[in-house]
Amino acid sequence: MPGLEDLYREIILDHYRSPRNRGELEVPPATRTEGFNPLCGDEVVVYVQMDGDQLDEIRIAGQGCSISQSSASMMSAAVKGRTRAEIEELTRAFKAMMSIHESTLEGGEEVEVEAPTADLGDLAALQGVVKFPVRIKCATLSWNTLAEALGGDRDDRAEAE
Amino acid sequence: MSTDPLDVATVRKDFPILGREVRGHRLVYLDSANTSQKPQAVLDAITTYYERSNANVHRGTYLIAEEATAALEGARAKVARFIGADRARQVVFTKNATEALNLVAKAWGRAHLREGDPVVITELEHHANIVPWHQLRAEVGIELRWIPVGPDGHLDLTDLDRLLDGAKVLSFAAMSNVLGTLTPVERLVAAARRVGALAVIDASQYVPHMATDVAAWGADLVAFTGHKMCGPTGIGVLWGTEEVLDATPPFLSGGEMILNVTKEGFTANELPWKFEAGTPPIAEAVGLGAAVDYLSGLGMEAIREHEVALTGYALRTLADRFGDEVVVHGPSEPAERGGVLSFSVGDIHPHDLTQVFDERGVCVRAGHHCAKPLMKVLGASATARASLYVYNDTDDVDALAEAIAAASDFFAP
Repeated sequence: MPGLEDLYREIILDHYRSPRNRGELEVPPATRTEGFNPLCGDEVVVYVQMDGDQLDEIRIAGQGCSISQSSASMMSAAVKGRTRAEIEELTRAFKAMMSIHESTLEGGEEVEVEAPTADLGDLAALQGVVKFPVRIKCATLSWNTLAEALGGDRDDRAEAE
Repeated sequence: MSTDPLDVATVRKDFPILGREVRGHRLVYLDSANTSQKPQAVLDAITTYYERSNANVHRGTYLIAEEATAALEGARAKVARFIGADRARQVVFTKNATEALNLVAKAWGRAHLREGDPVVITELEHHANIVPWHQLRAEVGIELRWIPVGPDGHLDLTDLDRLLDGAKVLSFAAMSNVLGTLTPVERLVAAARRVGALAVIDASQYVPHMATDVAAWGADLVAFTGHKMCGPTGIGVLWGTEEVLDATPPFLSGGEMILNVTKEGFTANELPWKFEAGTPPIAEAVGLGAAVDYLSGLGMEAIREHEVALTGYALRTLADRFGDEVVVHGPSEPAERGGVLSFSVGDIHPHDLTQVFDERGVCVRAGHHCAKPLMKVLGASATARASLYVYNDTDDVDALAEAIAAASDFFAP
């Protein structure tokens, strides 16, 4: 049985208590995108300022639980200064980590998931979330919002659970 | 609480699910405002119906079909008696309270409301009594007005006369699903009467917990749901006066709700079947009938007394043990509220709180409780909500307090 320590790793609590890149950016030149988690009413606002193909600045506003807030904080640190392609790759890797459990839920068996090619760094601490299916949406909220901000489609699989 | 009018230890034995363990702990179920647990009598009634009398209703010409019809209509009569309705034909079975309120907005509303007609609701409504009116605003152009909620969790009726000026509908909850606030039903119905507005009550949180007398309320329409009152999911009720129900066109249409169909059109069935298109939830109605019998057996006055006492115990326990760290929203006086306790623990997000609770087998809802406009008034995006019912006792409240202490320790900065 997964315990609380699997979910609330120390690094997650650290990002929750001291969130990185918290705040707002001037719109324009930045864009502002809102995301909602209908389950718990969490709300994340992602401000993004691009410099050509590169994400120059990012700020996170809104409110939410420790999982959604720490995921947003880690995401902001991970994507800052990266190119669009790199962010997409990182997003895919993060989603792959999160969707392991969804696959097993559907199929009933462990499903081989394409190994993420991007280095997730601190974000790997969120791996434990997959053992708590209702919290996956908390962890993916900021990522879906960032994808929307960058003009990509939101991944509705994570939303539709 | 030696003076508890309910013998909770005995009541608990009626609910098989309370005997199970979750995550190595006894199940501490504090989410009855969301859905209640089901007593054995309800489970048995449903099983017996399926094992002995299952057939479609109102059309069979054989014994078990007659039994099924009698079971459905018998359940309707029980529900009617339970809520003080004059006649069973005033009781319309729906899927849930949400469908009942949609019926009101979409069938009665579309037929009777025009552009600019004011509809008055309150800030403490469940989304089920908000969103259908939003849709009607988009469709017909009604004007939606809101009775505010004051800092004490009660409706602020200071501007009631102005809000009701010209109103065609006043639709409100008899008890808040977030704050537990009991609203002044008689006063609001009387105010609606004075301006000729339709009086609609969402009694989803009220009927399971307090003796209900729709005739005494004097409203036009009352909606509630079965699964919050020991009944199964999939069945709700819209009670209405025959005058208003007769003036309401059918909502859903198809079989069962017609007297006659030709190539040119149809004639709607009589009340209440006019609103019950298709094969109705027969087993669910039977289950609701058994639930009503069960609650009547305990006695609604005893249930209310038990919950007031337990709510008082919970409010005292949380205040004594946690002081300002735990904030309980809503009225502070147990007699003015139901056993619904929305609370915050310091800065801990409710979703994180209930994660820790779950480890200890304590079931509490976290979130906006389908009442986002009210959450905005409270200045919170979410709360944790513990809600009490017939099978809860002081041990459950103590387990909640222990769980709060554990969460507080875990998330201590």
